[in-house]
This record gives sequence, C-alpha cells and structure tokens, in this order.
Amino acid sequence: MTDTTSTGGPAESPRAEKPSPSLSLGELMRSPAAGAFMGFAMVFIVFAIFGFQRNFLSVGGISTWVNFASTVGMIAIPVGFLMIAGELDISTGAVLPASAMTVAVISGYYEMPIMLGVCAALSVGALIGFINGMIVTRTQVPSFIVTLATLFAVAGLTLSLSIVFINTTQTSLNAPDWAKTLFGGRLLGGFRSSVFWWIAMIVGFIFFLHKSPWGNWVFALGGDQESARNAGIPVQRLKIGLFMLSSTSTAFAGVLQTIQFNAATSQANFGMIFNTIIACVVGGLLLTGGFGTVMGIVFGTLTLGVVQQGIGYTEIDRNLSFLIIGVMLLIAVLMNDTFRKLATSWSTKKK
Amino acid sequence: MSSGTPVIELRNVDKSFGPIDVLHEISLKVGEGEVLCLLGDNGAGKSTLIKTLAGVHQPTRGEILMDGQATRFSGPRDAQARGIATVHQFGGTYPLMSIGRNFFMGMEPTRGFGPFRVFDREKANRIAVEEVQKMGITRITDGDRLVGGLSGGERQSLAIARAVYFGARVLILDEPTAALGVKQAAHVLRIVNEAKRRGLAVIFITHQVMHAMAVGDHFAVLIRGAIAADFRKGERTREEIADLMAGGESMADLEASIEGPADAAEGRTAAAPL
Ligand SMILES: Nc1ncnc2c1ncn2[C@@H]1O[C@H](COP(=O)(O)OP(=O)(O)OP(=O)(O)O)[C@@H](O)[C@H]1O
Ligand SMILES: [Mg+2]
Repeated sequence: MTDTTSTGGPAESPRAEKPSPSLSLGELMRSPAAGAFMGFAMVFIVFAIFGFQRNFLSVGGISTWVNFASTVGMIAIPVGFLMIAGELDISTGAVLPASAMTVAVISGYYEMPIMLGVCAALSVGALIGFINGMIVTRTQVPSFIVTLATLFAVAGLTLSLSIVFINTTQTSLNAPDWAKTLFGGRLLGGFRSSVFWWIAMIVGFIFFLHKSPWGNWVFALGGDQESARNAGIPVQRLKIGLFMLSSTSTAFAGVLQTIQFNAATSQANFGMIFNTIIACVVGGLLLTGGFGTVMGIVFGTLTLGVVQQGIGYTEIDRNLSFLIIGVMLLIAVLMNDTFRKLATSWSTKKK
Repeated sequence: MSSGTPVIELRNVDKSFGPIDVLHEISLKVGEGEVLCLLGDNGAGKSTLIKTLAGVHQPTRGEILMDGQATRFSGPRDAQARGIATVHQFGGTYPLMSIGRNFFMGMEPTRGFGPFRVFDREKANRIAVEEVQKMGITRITDGDRLVGGLSGGERQSLAIARAVYFGARVLILDEPTAALGVKQAAHVLRIVNEAKRRGLAVIFITHQVMHAMAVGDHFAVLIRGAIAADFRKGERTREEIADLMAGGESMADLEASIEGPADAAEGRTAAAPL
C-alpha cells in the first residue's frame, strides 16, 4: 500500500503468517466486508514484510495493535450501527473520559466496591446516549451537531466535576485482583482481556445486525426512514437504543482502560472520534447509511491498529502512519462506492 | 357490492398536524369485494387519509371501524397484522437491502426461539421471489439481490406484491400505477380485480381517469381534505369524473389554460412537495 515496488522483495518468508479468514470466502466476497478484508490483508502483508526483522510478527508485536484495536473496535461497531442507520455519534470522545473518571472516582478515590463503579460508569454512558437519542429524534437537528454539542458539554462537565469531587483532573484506581484479571488482565502472553471482550461483543453484534430481525430495521432506517416508519418500524425507539448502545459500549471501553492502566484522566479523547469513524469507513460503511457489515468494521479497525500501532514494529518511519491512514481513507471511500455498485448489480448466475 | 357490514369504515374522521387541518369530517366505507377509488387533486389529503387507515397516523377526531367494531391501530404493524396492507405513494423499498429482506420489512419470518430468533433468510427469499414472479416480474429469480439493482417499476411491483401477500382483508394502493409501464399498470389493475374477487376491500388512489373507471365500484372525491363527492359506478359520466379529479375545475378550462402563459393558471394548487 505504501510502496508497491518492494512487494516483490523478500516474498518467501512471511507468507505463512497470512491470516486465514474464518468466514467462507464466497460469502465474504459479495459483502461490504470484502474490500475491508482485502485492504487489511494487503496492509498486513506489507507491514509483515517490513517488520519481519523488527518483531512485527511476534506475540508482543501482534498483541500491541490487537489490544489497541479491541478498544477502538468495541466503540467503532456500535458507532457503525448508527452510521448504517444514517446517524453519527462523535460524543464518544467525551463519554470515554466521563466513564473512566466515574469508575475511578467511585471505586478508587471513594474506595467503594468496583462493581458499583463499573455500573455507575455504564449508567453514565447509557444516560448520555439516551440524551443524544432523545434530542436527535425529537428535533430535526442532524446528529453530527447534536453529538458535537454533547461532546463538548460532557467533556466540560467531566473536567469541572473532577475538580469539584477530587480537586484534580486525574486519579488512580487499584482494582481487586479478580476485577483486574476480568477487565484488564493479560492473557496468552500479551493480549489484554479487552481483546476477549471485543470478540464476545463482535459475536453479539453480528447476531444483532445480521441475524436478528432488528438488524433489518437498522438498515431500513438508513435506507429510507419514511418507509421504515410506514412499515411500522419503531424509528424513534430504535434510534435512541442505538445511541445508548454506542455510548454504553464506549463507557465500557473507558472502564476497561481505567482498570488496565490503573488510572483515569478527564481529558477528552478526540483521537478516539477519528479512530472510530476511520475504522467504519475503511470497514466499508457508507456515510449515507443503509449499508455495512460488522466484520467490515472489524477489519477496518484491525487495519487502523496495524498502521497506528504495528508500525512501531517495522522499519517504516512511524511518522508516516498518519499519511498512510489518510491515503487509506481516501482509497476506502473511493472503493466503497465501487463495492456498493458491484453489490447492487450483483446476481447469481448459478440459479 | 356485497351486503353486510363494511370491512372498514371511517366516521367523521378529522386529522390535523398541529395547527394544520388536513382532513375534515371524512366518512367512508368499503365492503368485501368492493373497490373504492379515492380521487383528488395534489395535496387534497388522499395520502394522509390512507396513512390514517394504515395505522401510520391516529385520527385527531372521529373513529375507524373494522367489521363494525370501533377500533384503534396502535401502529402500521398492528394494522398489517389485522390484514390491512398498504402500498404507500413514495419509497416502500430499501435500495441497499436484498429483495427478501425488503419484502418482509417489519414482518420478518424467524427461526429459533426466545432471544435467539433469527431472520429466516431462505424462507423470506423463496416467498419474495415467488410473489414478485406472480406480479409478472420473471426476471427476478434471486432473493439475495439488492433492490437498488431493480428498475423503478420493478421496485413498485415488489411493494405491491408485498401488500398483496400481507393484505388479508384490506388492500390500499396509493398511486400504484404512477411509475409503471402500460403492461405493468394493466397488471396492477388485474390484481385489483383479482383481490376484489377474493373478497378483499380495496382502496385505490389514482390520478388517471382510465384506471379509476376500469376497476372502481365506488368513487370518493377529496377536495381540500373534505369529501366533495361520493358516488357509485355509472352514476357519473367520464367527463364529470375527470372534472372532479381536477379538483372541481372543468377539463375544458384546464386545457384552455395549458395554451396560455404559465401564470394564467393562478388559483391552482402548487404541486405537493415530495
Ligand atoms: N406530517 C405532516 N405534517 C404537516 N402537514 C402534512 C403532513 N402530511 C401531509 N401534510 C399536508 O397535508 C396536505 C395533504 O397531503 P397529502 O399527501 O395527503 O396529499 P395527497 O392528496 O396525497 O396529494 P398527492 O396527489 O400529491 O399525493 C398537504 O398540504 C400536506 O402538506
Ligand atoms: Mg399522495
């Protein structure tokens, strides 16, 4: 992707590490995840070649970007659901520190039981999502503006409330051992437990979007909202639910991060907003809604993880990672349109 | 017309959206095996009326009776579950979704039980393809295809096939022939007659006199949200019907105004926005 001339180089060595897709190839090819998968495979191979001597393929190397991807991914998928439904959620950048501070203040500073802090943090997330959803469904204001407003409101509130309660903007949390293992432990030589939470959430999200009847409704919202309303889809409730899902998942990611690093800060995480949107677009979602897959977002997130974090384990200049992401995003947007056209005109000749 | 209680009846129904009154004192009934043609100018309130019947809107005042019983639809799915199927004027299909998923939107067939109920893709695709083929669109053989790849008329046929499949008692068609070719339009009229023979109550909205005359047993003309005329087949001439459909202006006058400059048509309602 970065340098095409070098792919003919030391081709013999890292090929064995090529990830084998768990889905059937045929099914993958005609879904919006196909492009995302090919993009990921390409980036992975190029990075594996450049990183072969720099531990890119070691457990340490892989776990670094997979750990990163797991945090981004558990937020990106429900954010992607909103994109499929024709909405956007950028308040995640403030929900993350809000939930992190909630659990750290309750269970760290005030030394209350960890589960109380976790539940409170998730409730904060759910509440912010509910507010987003209510405003978006009750007014005609685009969700980009609504969540931009809640992003700043929640970020400001988190900062000032931290000063009020603990007189500082960051604090530490030492969770009991069982909670550390469950929410922040390292397994299999480097993978954080967030990776396993992410995998569990992927399974749940795939079921929701692609198997359950509700998934149909999410696509219908983004496809034609008026028709969805005429067909009796509970448009408002579904949207509010999706906003709550997105911010509650974000809150959960905040809890995992806090327990993992033993600390929380109330600074807003603007980078996370970009990361989730990039993951979705690279994952084949259309900004216009109505189209996308969970596995596409997963591959988009993994690609982002490789480029942002895996780059440290290769000979590629670290500073190029933003450039690569920018180029990748452009290619993805252009490809997505092609894939949509392909999918629309696709029909089986076998029948 | 069959005897007995009408399948669906409106009594003094008003509908307003906040301060905007759209429907006033609408009373209508449709019996088994009867086709009611709802006629009227753009913006007369036809779509609003059928959305009220389809459960999309609740009447502001007045009541809806089904089989003589006063009833209230909690939503479109409630109305559909009671056998009222509607083809709305716009949309009705989702371009980036498969034919099978489009067909069963909101009424998804499922397999499994409890929280693990999954969308039954095979069943949905099979039924959808069968029903669309019955509509004469034999080009569609694969329920996994995305609707965006179909032509406008094929999409409309899909929406009609869906309503025919779900409409057990009442079939409501809001300008179903607007996007269709001559052959497909004739087919829709055949479907209306077929539904009539099967004993359904049909409500049919059209701007084409020919189509209305071909299937209607009973005509109601809406002008600015009120019923301006209500008559049975044979009670009015074709010209009178055409004049009523133009909102009470005579066709001859309209034809004369077409010849003149565009602003001579003042007093005519502007075309309703999409
Ligand atoms: N949700 C709504 N809120 C406010 N006004 C509405 C709403 N829906 C419809 N109206 C108004 O009600 C009037 C009737 O609209 P309706 O769509 O029922 O007309 P119609 O008879 O179906 O016209 P057409 O032949 O163009 O389809 C219009 O003036 C429209 O602006
Ligand atoms: Mg209309």
